[in-house]
Amino acid sequence: MNAINTGFGIWSPVVWTLLFLGVLGIGFWIWGAGRKDYKKNSDQTKPFLAGNEEPDPARLHVSGDHLYWGMTAGLRAYYDRIREWHTGVLSDYFAWFIGVLAVVFIVIGLLR
Amino acid sequence: MNALIFNAPVLLIAIPLLGAFAVPLIGRISVPLRRIFTGLIALLTTACAGLVAAHVFTSAAPITYVLGGMATLPLGMHFPIRIILEVDGMSAFMVILTALVLITAIFYSFPYWRRRSGGNMYEALFLLLGAGIFGMELTGDLFNFFVFLEITSIAACGLIGFRAWQGKSQEAAFKTMTLYTVSGLFVLLAIGLLYGEYDGLNIAYLAAHIGGSMVDKIALGLLLTALAMKAGAVPMHMWAPDAYGEAPAPIAAVLVANSQASLYGLFRVLFTLYGLTISVTALGWILITLALLTIFVGVTMALIQSDIKRLIAYGAVSQIGYMLLGVGVGLATSAGHQPFGLVAMQGGIFHMINDAACVGLLFLSAGAVIRAAGTRNLNRMGGLGHDLPWTAVFFMIGSFALAGIPPFNGFASKLMIYESTFRYSPILAVIAILGSILLLAVFVKVFQSAFLGPRLGAPAARPSGWMFAAMGTLAVVVIAFGLFPGFFVHTIVTPAAKALWMGRDAYIGAVMGG
Repeated sequence: MNAINTGFGIWSPVVWTLLFLGVLGIGFWIWGAGRKDYKKNSDQTKPFLAGNEEPDPARLHVSGDHLYWGMTAGLRAYYDRIREWHTGVLSDYFAWFIGVLAVVFIVIGLLR
Repeated sequence: MNALIFNAPVLLIAIPLLGAFAVPLIGRISVPLRRIFTGLIALLTTACAGLVAAHVFTSAAPITYVLGGMATLPLGMHFPIRIILEVDGMSAFMVILTALVLITAIFYSFPYWRRRSGGNMYEALFLLLGAGIFGMELTGDLFNFFVFLEITSIAACGLIGFRAWQGKSQEAAFKTMTLYTVSGLFVLLAIGLLYGEYDGLNIAYLAAHIGGSMVDKIALGLLLTALAMKAGAVPMHMWAPDAYGEAPAPIAAVLVANSQASLYGLFRVLFTLYGLTISVTALGWILITLALLTIFVGVTMALIQSDIKRLIAYGAVSQIGYMLLGVGVGLATSAGHQPFGLVAMQGGIFHMINDAACVGLLFLSAGAVIRAAGTRNLNRMGGLGHDLPWTAVFFMIGSFALAGIPPFNGFASKLMIYESTFRYSPILAVIAILGSILLLAVFVKVFQSAFLGPRLGAPAARPSGWMFAAMGTLAVVVIAFGLFPGFFVHTIVTPAAKALWMGRDAYIGAVMGG
């Protein structure tokens, strides 16, 4: 009752979830087998920064615009064009609307 | 009880409509009383939606409700003259979707809007919007469809610009209202053309007589473009990020259901009104082309947003593409009735309710985040997971579901779309999968920016009880639909898909007889 037919096969999320939980359990078992003789809340559990003064944690946060900058820079030609189209000007919104209407009319008009 | 079930379709429109006009009056007496009244109206409406859906899904044929009479065709007449509500599997499916979004959004709104003025009008417009959406989904009459479309437009734009002290809200409401008005006029023009040709406005009557003439084609072009624009299909989507971004968070969730009601109207026109009278392969490819553009442009635009609500809005736009893709392939294959076409339809329609639940959850979570952070700019957020752990979990559930990560609901519907569209043309599935991968990247960005990292300021305010309950309800729906997709596909999705794909004759027969 929980599975669906996708046309190519079957998707059963309950089976998938059980397998996922099994794999998660194995992961925890491996993690639990690690060393336990470290000193909690000591320097042993802090990130190691060699020599330098530790910066303010707020300055270390990677904010939204810093993620995927490489990807967006690589696609600059596409993004320059697509940003140009999103002008925020109402008359441009109408231009797109009328443009699509014209294309739809042509396609439908050609149909028998 | 039988009378209640019999009258449930009209009550589903009448209760929120009358409630909308009563709310400002009750609000003058007492604000807490008004909230209780609005909550009761929402609960009653949801109960009616449940009754309508249960009745339709257990009936063999669509159910009809005639206002001012009993028979769809008055004695001795060959065409319907009264206002008729006609509810088949697709309408019932849409009613469930809308009720789910409305009930969660209104209860979220109570604490969300508590400290703001204008609660009377907010709740009145909210209920009016709900009545309009239900009307669009239940009516069997094209002119009434237009009337309800206009009701939703007016109420939606009132709510988008409800923060009257913000210039951007006013600008977004103005832009949306102008586009909605022009698209509404196009819909009215199309209805006028069909009325002039066939002397009727009833959808079943028109479907029985429509022949595919040039006038029919012009009407189809107008309806298709206007409804696709209201649904937010690229390149006519540009109002959507403005509207979703500036509307209050719970209203943004309801606007998603509103867009999907327009999508429902588009599907009703293509499958039921026109059927096979015009080349379905070509019409299917129009939908598929719009779908591919919508997926790709929506998700790539989401990637570069730094405003959390505009980002989710572009994500929501991209999801309209998946629905158009599934149903477009279903339309293109509807003449040959190939089995994968039905799976594509099921995937597209299943994705509608999945999208409403997970985009709704994302908008509600974003509302809690914005309240806590005091900004919508992702570059100024960080570390909110320390103070809002449950909001972070809800946001993660919504993000994973929308990006199609198993075992959440978005994966089930997207898998059906990928595999069935692959059978039609592999490149369609490739673009759809690429869109999902990019969408996951988009939400990784939001999660990292907003919830992870060190605290950037004072401890953030947590969402109150009703906000938490609304988000929790949608999260449970997302998980339940993901873990038990077979049950929901069998119970509500397949009847909806079959009602469109092979139910045209039954829809016509329920009104015209024979």
